Amino acid sequence: MQEDLADPACLERSCYKLTGNRSFLYSPPDFNKFLKSPEDHRNPHIPLPTNSLQLVLGDPMAFPDQDILSLQGRLAASSFRQSNEWTVNRSQWEAGGGYKTPSAGLIRSSSGSRRTGALSRPSHLRLNDSSPDVIMPFGNTHNKFKMNYSAEQEYPDLSQHNNHMAKVLTLEMYSKLRNKETPSGFTLDDVIQTGVDNPGHPFIMTVGCVAGDEETYEVFKDLLDPVIEDRHGGYKPSDTHKTDLNAENLQGGDDLDPNYVLSSRVRTGRSIRGFCLPPHSSRGERRAIEQLSIEALDSLEGDLKGKYYALKNMTEEEQQQLIDDHFLFDKPVSPLLLASGMARDWPDARGIWHNDNKTFLVWVNEEDHLRVISMQKGGNMREVFTRFCTGLTKIEDLFKNRGHEFMWNEHLGYVLTCPSNLGTGLRAGVHVKLPNLSKHEKFGEILKRLRLQKRGT
Amino acid sequence: MANSFTRMITGRNTAVMMAMGAGTLASAFLLSDNTAAAERRRFYPPSADYPDLRKHNNCMALAMTPTIYAHLRDKATPNNWTLDQCIQTGVDNPGHPFIKTVGMVAGDEESYEVFAELFDPVIRDRHNGYDPRTMKHPTDLEASKITSGMFDERYVLSSRVRTGRSIRGLSLPPSCTRSERREVERVVVTALSGLKGDLAGRYYSLGEMTEKEQQQLIDEHFLFDKPVSPLLTAAGMARDWPDARGIWHNNDKNFLIWINEEDHTRIISMEKGGNMKRVFERFCRGLKQVEHLIQERGWEFMWNEHLGYILTCPSNLGTGLRAGVHIRLPFLSKDPRFKKIMENLRLQKRGTGGVDTAATGDTFDISNLDRLGKSEVELVQLVIDGVNYLIECEKRLERGQDIKIPSPISQFRK
Repeated sequence: MQEDLADPACLERSCYKLTGNRSFLYSPPDFNKFLKSPEDHRNPHIPLPTNSLQLVLGDPMAFPDQDILSLQGRLAASSFRQSNEWTVNRSQWEAGGGYKTPSAGLIRSSSGSRRTGALSRPSHLRLNDSSPDVIMPFGNTHNKFKMNYSAEQEYPDLSQHNNHMAKVLTLEMYSKLRNKETPSGFTLDDVIQTGVDNPGHPFIMTVGCVAGDEETYEVFKDLLDPVIEDRHGGYKPSDTHKTDLNAENLQGGDDLDPNYVLSSRVRTGRSIRGFCLPPHSSRGERRAIEQLSIEALDSLEGDLKGKYYALKNMTEEEQQQLIDDHFLFDKPVSPLLLASGMARDWPDARGIWHNDNKTFLVWVNEEDHLRVISMQKGGNMREVFTRFCTGLTKIEDLFKNRGHEFMWNEHLGYVLTCPSNLGTGLRAGVHVKLPNLSKHEKFGEILKRLRLQKRGT
Repeated sequence: MANSFTRMITGRNTAVMMAMGAGTLASAFLLSDNTAAAERRRFYPPSADYPDLRKHNNCMALAMTPTIYAHLRDKATPNNWTLDQCIQTGVDNPGHPFIKTVGMVAGDEESYEVFAELFDPVIRDRHNGYDPRTMKHPTDLEASKITSGMFDERYVLSSRVRTGRSIRGLSLPPSCTRSERREVERVVVTALSGLKGDLAGRYYSLGEMTEKEQQQLIDEHFLFDKPVSPLLTAAGMARDWPDARGIWHNNDKNFLIWINEEDHTRIISMEKGGNMKRVFERFCRGLKQVEHLIQERGWEFMWNEHLGYILTCPSNLGTGLRAGVHIRLPFLSKDPRFKKIMENLRLQKRGTGGVDTAATGDTFDISNLDRLGKSEVELVQLVIDGVNYLIECEKRLERGQDIKIPSPISQFRK
């Protein structure tokens, strides 16, 4: 190219020639005006910007400082609130008639049919086409050249594979879905990449697909519904899932014999509506999720009062303490997780929050937006579950006060990254000593009939 | 307009392309007033997405600034490759214990243009001040120009020359789809089946290899395995493994091509012993024939006069050539001046296991440091002269004589 590409007009012309599309070019205001000296980047008390233009520019090197991001988050939340389509909470939605099966494909909902996932984005951000300009600038296989090839040429070789996705996916399904995209740009190839890269696991039947955002479960229904049905024991697309977080409804549970039961634990995951899930989220989204979580969790009181430890700022002592408490999570090494893209930008915006009593723990931006864990030594599962429910309900209220809510719908319950965690996402368990029963030949059968699973400690 | 399109394009894909075409027009029209894209950018301005590179030590992290990120974040190449995808490997991998890594990759040929604002400083950093905007890279594959290319085989155990080539029109490994990767395999293997004489050989697809063939290739040190280095997996090159990956080698087992590993093709010429001239001669002959064979079918290699041969990693631009020997230097390796001598000769030492290994014992892999700015002939001559000098130093140390550090080979100005 003969043009001088340092000249912005020339760059614009050459990029237009390359892509035929001018709309992705934009000239940002001069960032350098707002950059301070290197020392100031460490200063957490930079004065807040006073108008939205300054807010947009911010100080790029000062992003760990809480002030600017929280203001951004609040501004975003308030603009969300102003838009009518955003203001929906579960009771309103239930009053409005609840879950409606969306029509297949990605259609702008001008007729007013309300799909719970699609409501999480204001209408002008929803797409009826996979245009490169409006997709989020991150993610895996959004290569448009694949549409130049037939579905047969693009279809993955799943002959060696043994996971739920490989059992369900067919060439016809692939042809139908391969040009579709969720509003944030998540494609079918993104959904199945982890299943293509990991043919099987020696001990467990893996799922082999992940969701990048709430809309994935609608746009790629044809694939995910059979996978869910297979994984969750015949759960049909028309079934509804009951959510009950009232610990009063539990019977007993406070007297598991501590001679056998060493500790009790309940965990689940939650996703924040309006953001992409870990396989697809950008750094900005992940940081916004971290910021929102910190604000919400810092407002907890009483026995739930606690502190947040960001993975990238941890001191040696804090790290050792968390390791000793068995709270620390590390960068995933399992290829199942790495292939889906959830370990990108590690350890940016990842962290651990726990209360002072060390009985209530929240992991931020690990495999899901939030992983909430309640645990204690001994066999009082009732107490563990009560704290779990109380904590979760409080966190949900705190998020709602800030204009956000959890991803939930009547059919799938709480929406999480992996289809295996849909519904409750709940794993309630104990560490228990069973020296005699474990040697019994019928142990596996007993567990199976009780619908229980055993794992190593 | 719809009618003429349907008449032109027949087949099942029509509806898809029509929907996409109409949609693109519609959304392009909607976005021409910039509301949707502008709204998204306001929710997540570049400062929100700017990576935290404070603990990072790679070329990308040193070149990246918030201004560059803001300029480039919302751009995309024709196949939708974005800046965040280019730099993902550098963000995920702060540093490497042995070498300063590049920290970014290209998804296609256009990446080097669209993201030039970041690629140019990285290329200047990595290639000793070579400026792609102003300087031209010479390409020279005339093996007859090489002089004194025969090494003393008491020291040199084997000689090897490798480079990479990319097929123009198809995306590079970080961003290619399965169909593009299979197309690369098809184009290259079809071309290679046309090689004759001492270059005739056969192809082994990674997915369909028999146990016996696999063991054979391992014993000959030809087989490559799924990359485990996080530098490569974070860039997305290991997706869909082992689909469309394979190894081709000639019957004499001294000309080898890796398909769809880190680049579209990696071409390697090697043999035991010290006859570097013959190795390079076969290398050039093979390359020219392969290029001729793909041109017959209407394909060509990615090349331009500023960046030479285009490959995935910016460190391999230009020639993409690494000419090296496995050499034993028991005395010289213990001499404290060894490092300086290598530096001045523009040579690099690695362990005999490859780029991520440390050297064991006194056998090293010695090869050229530079890739861009000098032609293939110049680089191989540089390696030959350099290795001859090292052997000379070794012999002098054996005899108890003193050695001299050579004056540094000239580079272009930074």
